[in-house]
Amino acid sequence: MNYDMILCGVGGQGGISVSVVVAKAAMAEGFRVKQSEIHGMAQRGGEVLAHLRISDGEPASPSIPVGAADLVISFEPLEALRNARWLSVERGTLVSGISPYKNIPDYPDIEAVLGELRALPRVLLVDADSLAREAGNVRAANMVLVGLASTLMPISVARLEEETAAYFERKGKAVVDANIVAFRKGRDAGK
Amino acid sequence: MSTTLQYPRNMSSTSDAAAAGKVPAGGSAPVVETLMGDEAIALGALHAGVSSAYAYPGTPSTEIMESLQSWKVAGKAPGCPDATMGALLAEWCSNEKTAYESALGASFAGRRAVVSMKHVGLNVAADPFVNSALIRINGGLVVVVADDPGMHSSQDEQDTRVLADFARLPCFEPADQQEAYDMARAAFDFSERHEVPVVLRITTRLAHSRSIVDLAPARAPNPLRKAEADKSWILMPAIARRRWRALLDKQEAFHAHAEDAARLELGGSELGIVACGIARQYLLENLADLEASFGSKPSILTVSTYPMPAGRIRELASKVRRILVLEEGYPYVEDAMRGVFGAPVPVEGRRSGALPLDGELSPDLVRKALGLPDRITLPKGSLPLPERPPQFCQGCPHGDSYTALKEALAPYPSYAVNSDIGCYTLGALPPWSAIESCVDMGASVGMARGAAGAGIFPAVAVIGDSTFYHSGIPNLVDAVSHGTNLTLVILDNDTTGMTGAQPTIAPASRLEPLLRGIGVDPAHIRQLRAHRTEHAANVKVISEELGHEGPSVVIMVRECIEWAKKSRKA
Repeated sequence: MNYDMILCGVGGQGGISVSVVVAKAAMAEGFRVKQSEIHGMAQRGGEVLAHLRISDGEPASPSIPVGAADLVISFEPLEALRNARWLSVERGTLVSGISPYKNIPDYPDIEAVLGELRALPRVLLVDADSLAREAGNVRAANMVLVGLASTLMPISVARLEEETAAYFERKGKAVVDANIVAFRKGRDAGK
Repeated sequence: MSTTLQYPRNMSSTSDAAAAGKVPAGGSAPVVETLMGDEAIALGALHAGVSSAYAYPGTPSTEIMESLQSWKVAGKAPGCPDATMGALLAEWCSNEKTAYESALGASFAGRRAVVSMKHVGLNVAADPFVNSALIRINGGLVVVVADDPGMHSSQDEQDTRVLADFARLPCFEPADQQEAYDMARAAFDFSERHEVPVVLRITTRLAHSRSIVDLAPARAPNPLRKAEADKSWILMPAIARRRWRALLDKQEAFHAHAEDAARLELGGSELGIVACGIARQYLLENLADLEASFGSKPSILTVSTYPMPAGRIRELASKVRRILVLEEGYPYVEDAMRGVFGAPVPVEGRRSGALPLDGELSPDLVRKALGLPDRITLPKGSLPLPERPPQFCQGCPHGDSYTALKEALAPYPSYAVNSDIGCYTLGALPPWSAIESCVDMGASVGMARGAAGAGIFPAVAVIGDSTFYHSGIPNLVDAVSHGTNLTLVILDNDTTGMTGAQPTIAPASRLEPLLRGIGVDPAHIRQLRAHRTEHAANVKVISEELGHEGPSVVIMVRECIEWAKKSRKA
């Protein structure tokens, strides 16, 4: 079993934390993982891209080949479109939030971006910000997307929730609860 | 398949730590850890009994020191006796040269020392680096250098293997996190056995990716044991000539080790592949498809240690019809194989055009070089996708400083603003477009001085506090001593921001006394608060100092907001 996923967005949207949560859950399930991310200048409002490879063997390359990803989770629609090239034509699914992060002057028309996303063969779009707000913490939008994508990942819901709770534990119960609720709202949105 | 290409574990364990496969790391300590490449090296050094670690922050090497420091603060590290942590010294330094020299001192005292830096940092440390090859290293000294092919956050993509060669030093190049850990340990043993510094070269992708690492038992640190009084650390010409000869005599042993470390796996005779460092992982990614397409396995030589294993390469060449070289960075191995007279079989690689001469390798580029068809991707949409360049964080003081500087410069028909390396380099981008150069650490001050001497007025240098301490100070000494007509703007945010907010080596309060000590006229050292609410007053002061004939310094002070967040958390 090999399961390759890309996590992308804009610096500060919580891509790295999601990558850690999913990787830990995968390991708890007994899989081997490889994770790769580029930080440094990319942290400063630029594009952020993390690779996560889950396998029962040993993934060779830390980065996923283009056209090979089972899943692309994007926290932002323009970044979703930019990173659709990673998707496997036969089996890749794109999961993305719909709220644009506009920190550039030439951000394209959002309806056009969403239109191109909807035209992809397998795509799940969700208003992650609204669901996160409903969950009590707008910063948990990333967990809404993980919840939605959890219907596709080879990892049990219980493991993902356990690792989410463990990851946010030091930030207090309110943050943990909001992230778990956000995760469940995302998961329900996919049903 | 992959197991036969692994760096042999028996070469990587320390002599007193039998580490064939999974060995419990003592007590309740875990046997395996998921580690980032940088963390794997830090832990490897720790388990090799390192006593002293020195570094200057630089992406992608920063997390090596950060890991050591966080373990020290916690008082424990995976698989390490707690007592080791108490004795560990892990310190940020002013620059890579000072870091290197401190590590050298620790080796002189008999302790194991690690110094870590990014690739361009080795240029700064080149003087101690090259000369330390000649002395008789006492405690093991490992120089970890993280190259940044593709320039994710660097100004060039120089290849450290070439600099190791220049210094006539051995260079280890791991392919994954496990090898990074194993080789960090092995490098210390090698360093002590051959009494030379050992270079451990990694690249961004390895530094910043994580995978599972099997740990071996930790070795105890060395006792204090000063270098023998045989003058082998005194590089006066007569002694240096002897030491240079000694280094040249060691080359044979370095070569022999590289031959042993290289793994030759013979397969079919059509294609031979030389896979160096992380490039091996990209090959493995495509190996199944390659075998399917060829109907047989290619012959593969895995290179993990330099100098180049020439014997193994000749052996490979005698068995195959053509060779493809996969290496991250320069076509270093490829060029050497072809040489002046050409190779006995056709050699392809980055020089030949089979792979790009610049940028980072990827599984896809290697796939193409192997002659495999591209993987099918979804058709591209018609919408243009604008790039999203990095920018100042919301509320960053640098934006306010640049707005004030630009307004103060506006009345002048021409001027020059030379800048430097740090977050503030982003001031080159719109909407600020406020700086005109970024070359190397500390260059802003020297360049403004040279520009002023050449006739430009006003000549402005913009530098961050950490970069000023790194290597801006000597340039300012030059400017003051010669009365150069320049204005130095120090953006003092009390941190090294771009690399994730490490503390500046000296507190902000020490800056003004330092400037006075250098000889800057106290009347022309102006301290301002870098905030938009002070904009008009700041423009006025900067204008006054631009107009001052002679060196003047404007310090724009406000804490980095990332640093503020980080310190609040701590």
